[in-house]
Amino acid sequence: MLIDGPKQGNVIPDGFNPNYLKVYYGRLFPHADIFKWMSYGNDGRHPACDKSYFGRREFSFTLDNDIYLRFQSFNSESELENSIKEKCPSKIDIGPVYSVDPAKRHAYAQGGDNVFAPVERELIFDIDITDYDDVRYCCSGADVCLECWPLMTVAIKVIDTALRDDFGFDHILWVYSGRRGVHCWVCDGKARRLTNEQRGAIADYFRVYKGNENSNKKVSFPGPLHPFLVRSYTEVLREFFEEKLLLSQNLFSTEERYEKILSMIPDESVTSELRGKWQENRRSSNSKEDINFFRWEQLKNTLQSGKQKVQGLRRCVEEIVFAFTYPRLDMEVSKHRNHLLKAPFCVHPKTGRVCIPIDPKDCEEFDPTTVPTLSELLRELNTGDSRMDVDNEWEKTSLGKSIRFFRSSFLQPLLKSCKEEMESGYKAKIQQTKNSLSW
Amino acid sequence: MEIVPSQRTRTNTPNDSVSTLPLYRYAPQLEVRLEDFEVFAMDRLRVLKGISDALARGKRPEEMENLVRDLWKANMRHPEASEEVNKDIISHFVLRLVYCRTEDLRKWFLSMETALYRYRFLLRSSEAKRALMAEFDLPCKAISRTEFENVKEKLEQVARSFDQPLPTADAIFYKVPFEEVPELVAGRRVYIHKGHAYVAMHQVVSLVVTQFRSNLSKALILTNRKWTSTIREQERDRLTPIVEALSMSYLGPDYSQPKEFGEISIKDLDQLARSSFPLCMRHLFDKLREDHHLKHGGRMQLGLFLKGVGLRMEDALAFWKAEFSQKVGAERFDKEYAYSIRHNYGKEGKRTDYTPYSCQKIISLTPGVGDHHGCPYRHFSEENLSAALGRMGVGSRAMEDVLDKVRNRHYQLACTLTFEAVHGSSCDAGINHPNQYFSDSHKILQPKISKMPVSCLHLLKHRDPCSIHYWDIFQGTECMPPCLHRTIMRHKEAEVLGISRGFNAVDLLQFVFIFVVQTPSIVSYFFQIVYLYKLMC
Repeated sequence: MLIDGPKQGNVIPDGFNPNYLKVYYGRLFPHADIFKWMSYGNDGRHPACDKSYFGRREFSFTLDNDIYLRFQSFNSESELENSIKEKCPSKIDIGPVYSVDPAKRHAYAQGGDNVFAPVERELIFDIDITDYDDVRYCCSGADVCLECWPLMTVAIKVIDTALRDDFGFDHILWVYSGRRGVHCWVCDGKARRLTNEQRGAIADYFRVYKGNENSNKKVSFPGPLHPFLVRSYTEVLREFFEEKLLLSQNLFSTEERYEKILSMIPDESVTSELRGKWQENRRSSNSKEDINFFRWEQLKNTLQSGKQKVQGLRRCVEEIVFAFTYPRLDMEVSKHRNHLLKAPFCVHPKTGRVCIPIDPKDCEEFDPTTVPTLSELLRELNTGDSRMDVDNEWEKTSLGKSIRFFRSSFLQPLLKSCKEEMESGYKAKIQQTKNSLSW
Repeated sequence: MEIVPSQRTRTNTPNDSVSTLPLYRYAPQLEVRLEDFEVFAMDRLRVLKGISDALARGKRPEEMENLVRDLWKANMRHPEASEEVNKDIISHFVLRLVYCRTEDLRKWFLSMETALYRYRFLLRSSEAKRALMAEFDLPCKAISRTEFENVKEKLEQVARSFDQPLPTADAIFYKVPFEEVPELVAGRRVYIHKGHAYVAMHQVVSLVVTQFRSNLSKALILTNRKWTSTIREQERDRLTPIVEALSMSYLGPDYSQPKEFGEISIKDLDQLARSSFPLCMRHLFDKLREDHHLKHGGRMQLGLFLKGVGLRMEDALAFWKAEFSQKVGAERFDKEYAYSIRHNYGKEGKRTDYTPYSCQKIISLTPGVGDHHGCPYRHFSEENLSAALGRMGVGSRAMEDVLDKVRNRHYQLACTLTFEAVHGSSCDAGINHPNQYFSDSHKILQPKISKMPVSCLHLLKHRDPCSIHYWDIFQGTECMPPCLHRTIMRHKEAEVLGISRGFNAVDLLQFVFIFVVQTPSIVSYFFQIVYLYKLMC
């Protein structure tokens, strides 16, 4: 495949093509950044550096014909880079750091108490929009559009704030999964060293939606809300529900849709009263007002009118809002340290889009439909200014913005903090040895 | 701890207990009578089993506190009050030996001992609690007045969310890294800020319990090492048989080694699902037939259950494939799902042979969007549950009893009542495991089937002999399977062998015996039988 063709006839058809990948891995994929990140400062010359650290990390490659290579490990940046360029995986997953080099795991498996075990792993979250299929009407399955994508934006805001304010984590990376969701990597040392039980506890802290098609009420608040839920509601969810979702998803516009909401109200008298009003399609004289907004107001008034002193209705409004908007996490991904997760900057094989980072402070501006695709990037490479003397070819393309963001707001602060941690840990150890040597 | 024969009396040495709630940090320097060794352990085991049952039934914490107090009083008292602490410690350490030997045993023991410790801690006075806390190495600090004022509003919000009294002006709160109190964080029972949890005095138990649990977990691993390396052999004639018997007596079968492998074939499944599956498995099965798909949780729960029921791996693969191919295609099934089925049977990865889930485990699962696993008595709305039970054949009066149990969160009792209603007979032991439901049901519905151990004839009847693995048949037996001997003597089974074609039973038996004598190896013996079978066809 000719890359250096004439500029006018530069036609790279859209879609995902394994040959494109070769070019991508050869010229655009940020191998060095991934290596630096995964080393967490251990690739330096400080005496406290653990030279074996990077080599104990598991990578897994999915090759073109669905062959799955697990427990890949590399001892240096060049080994990683060469292997990726040579194998050209359609997907790269990152696993935990194990107690020993994964390639040598069989030597340790027989020990009763497995000496081959994960020792460090980022705290990760996976949010997939298909988990919201029961509350979005514009798309279903793998499709995503600008009407329903804001559900992801809201999820990012809620979780990101909690991770920073409640849990005290600083080094958080949000990544677009390439098609229909987002991933979150929490990389603080404290987070990497969490046990499965602690991860499960954090996942449960975030869990609100409990149910499947057999239970009517998926969100239930028996008592007043915990401060975390209060904050999420007042700062993000309520506004989003009332000002965006109600309208974009037309939540009350048809009988089927409003019945779904009515089924969340455990009081017959309330539901029949509302149903009565809506079935006759009565509207206020101000017919310009959107029907969804209007009916929602009616519902709120009826519930909060004070006539209803019944327990179980006190927080019905919040329950409905949470049921539609609160983040739905995949618990299993977060709970187990050995769970693999796709690496950032991979290309999604079905959409051709690159898994680029999302700035949580600016997540409302993120548009999944304009994320650079593989073919677009290759076109940009071709048409790029060949006179530009740059160290990295990605600077010529729209990938540059993402990589620069990755470096400045995530990688650099992270590595700085790793270095500091290493230094202070080392000093403390030296001090301890000195103390124990004293007579 | 030194085990002595009955005649010698015991001497005491101080141990690390504080106000009669020991920490079990060190094995006591005591002499124990051999008979006490077993008796103390059984008494404590009764307490632990009682806790286990109560937790499975979903009892509330207040109920648990009372239950633990009563169980302890009923089982762990000693005529000499001073001996009570010793009994406590001795019984704990004996049970450590019993329950250190496998991952499942350790997990169960750890959960129960932790629960026991938690409730015993809660029953102590505030003074005692504070003293006990000092025994642990806890990274918590009481917060100052100023800090309290700053976070007071949030602390009040948390208290209100659990219907707890609001913190008073002189309330003591501890600030602790959130990792130290995972259960409180998981239940959103504490306010957390910048990585620290604000823990109330009455919640302090969570800190203590987490540490207790972690210490015990490490200790169990060490005990296991010691057991396997020295103790088991040393005590071969004395303690080892007692220890091994103790672990069998209370947990019951875990259905990891189904006795009758291959007795269930795919074509039986639909009928069995209707007649003998508990509701949880029936629901999963029906959903699978309907949607031709199940999510991971459902695949695990149902898949392991079917393994326990006796479905062989090859049949399991065929069964799941037949369903999934209708949704995702055969190729995708082979690529994405077959692996995990083989994994369940211990043929991939770590080669752990996973055990089917017990009721306790299933009840603790929480199904999410698109999931159908978990315990339906817990998760279904009353309406859906009534409908499902109706489909199973539960009459309206029994239905009311079942729903009553569900409202009181006695899910296993509800399932037991369902069993009784559907089969028209009582189930005294109560349902603790879906495979138990199945085997009890099977027993009732098929009384005529003779209780022969796995019959290779049965397998020969159904499958291509060359695909049978000898270990299927000879699991647990050695050399010549008596089944073959016995079955040849029975006319009915003799027909299966084609004896009616001309061989008489005695001739055949002699023929077979000659083979056995000449071929002591089990594998080749088996292939001789196959050859014999083929000869006769």
